[in-house]
Amino acid sequence: MKALSIKNLKKTYANGNVALKGINFSVEEGDFYALLGPNGAGKTTAIGIVTSLVNKTGGEVEIFGHNIDTELEAAKTCIGLVPQEINMNLWETVQNVVLNQAGYYGLGRKLAHERTEKYLRALRLWDRRNDVSRSLSGGMKRRLMIARALVHEPKLLILDEPTAGVDIEIRRSMWDFLRAINDAGTTIILTTHYLEEAESLCRHVAIIDEGEIIEDARMTVVLRKLQREVFVLSLANPISEAPVLEGFDTILRDDTELEVGKESASTLNDLFRQLNAQQIEVVSLRNKANRLEELFIRLIENKHDGFKEMAGH
Amino acid sequence: MNISLNAVATMTIIRKEFTRVVRIWIQTIVPPAITMTLYFIIFGNLIGKRIGVMDGFDYMQYIAPGLIMMSVITNSYGNVVSSFFGAKFGGHVEEMLVSPMSNAAIVIGHVAGGVLRGVLVGMLVTIIALFFTKLEVRHPLIMVSVVLLSSTVFALAGFINAVFAKKFDDIAIVPTFVLTPLTYLGGVFYSISMLPEFWQNVSRANPILYMVNAFRYSILGTSDIGIGSAYAILLVFVTLLFSGCLYLMRHGIGIRE
Repeated sequence: MKALSIKNLKKTYANGNVALKGINFSVEEGDFYALLGPNGAGKTTAIGIVTSLVNKTGGEVEIFGHNIDTELEAAKTCIGLVPQEINMNLWETVQNVVLNQAGYYGLGRKLAHERTEKYLRALRLWDRRNDVSRSLSGGMKRRLMIARALVHEPKLLILDEPTAGVDIEIRRSMWDFLRAINDAGTTIILTTHYLEEAESLCRHVAIIDEGEIIEDARMTVVLRKLQREVFVLSLANPISEAPVLEGFDTILRDDTELEVGKESASTLNDLFRQLNAQQIEVVSLRNKANRLEELFIRLIENKHDGFKEMAGH
Repeated sequence: MNISLNAVATMTIIRKEFTRVVRIWIQTIVPPAITMTLYFIIFGNLIGKRIGVMDGFDYMQYIAPGLIMMSVITNSYGNVVSSFFGAKFGGHVEEMLVSPMSNAAIVIGHVAGGVLRGVLVGMLVTIIALFFTKLEVRHPLIMVSVVLLSSTVFALAGFINAVFAKKFDDIAIVPTFVLTPLTYLGGVFYSISMLPEFWQNVSRANPILYMVNAFRYSILGTSDIGIGSAYAILLVFVTLLFSGCLYLMRHGIGIRE
């Protein structure tokens, strides 16, 4: 079953700004789906329409088969939203923020208390339950918004940049948590500017730019389109100039750090064979940039430069 | 519509609103109590003694019902306008908008919160009034129904104000330039029989006149207008304003982009 189906979705704001130009995409139940795009691309508008915070200009949206025009209540019951901006009542206690949200979804008081405890504990906020949410750190506020979005146990969780401004340790623990609830069956749609996050978590990716979907495929398929990768090699011994390697381009960043550009036709085995032949010993290797990030930038640049052909097509 | 879901959601808003009123009691309960005490001391006790009798009652007794109603009206209005605009401004109105609760539940929950505060402050002002004058309730059912309907009218009006408000100034304009003049000209401090006929007719266009007089009738048994017309006005306003609130919510005016 499709968790979300969007057909020809359009949005033109009152000031004439066309945010969505008739986009189509769908998310399968159980998927972990990344919706990526530069600032102002239309991601938040699309999410706003799905969650009925923004009125659409045209098109159709179905959530688990419920059309938002005809079965809004049923559609809304399926969704949990973690918005981009901190939008809780900062004067309410942490516990009341979650309890109130449970009440808005019709959960009885007893169940609301049980679920509130469950999710505040899961997101390591239970000890702060009686504090006003204003007193929480930025990362805690983001975790509180996740707890709030989960309290009615939605089938579809939409996270709009949930880890913005969160330190790496908390971000990693949030990733583990999101993986766990996805494994338990919750469909997740994620927008993020951390492409490492999208690559690590998501199985499907759509890229939106200027109100149009420019890529929509499984993550593995998308990454395969990346024709060129750049690796940074740490060398065991210093060298004075970049070695000449057939099929690769090389730049010596400093005497023990070599940057190697690799086209998809060549392999890492080729690279190491040639390095061994030149008695250059490699201690470690890493991608210069995240693979998805590289592809993302290329797609956006290609679109803006007017290039029709994608690398590898 | 899922009735039990909406009942729970409405109760959640009412509980949240009541908690808010109690949490910030220094802003919600104390100021009207102080203001009304000053009215009783200055207008009732000091100036009132010189005014003498009005409609057969001493002045303090005459203005007490009007002052109680004035505090009910302003607090019902003020609670909803500040709470709902605060929710818009802080973004947490989205908590309600993304949920499956109906628009009616959102309106009713906030209006009930406003009525609760209005009634709470009204009771407090009544207790204060009893320190200055004697009040006997002649028509308790009329008293209760007029208070509830009047506070509902102004809570609904406050909701509409909050929906349209874009900045904090916008929630002060209506109370300052509309509500306060209408309240002062609504027969709180005088009987409209004292006015020339033209101004009596103008006063009859003021809905607050009907609320103040109907409430005064329930306590003192005297009124400048017919009780039937007061109920008619109240019910028409409740219907119109509630429909207006639902229309604004349905179309997302001032709330959804």
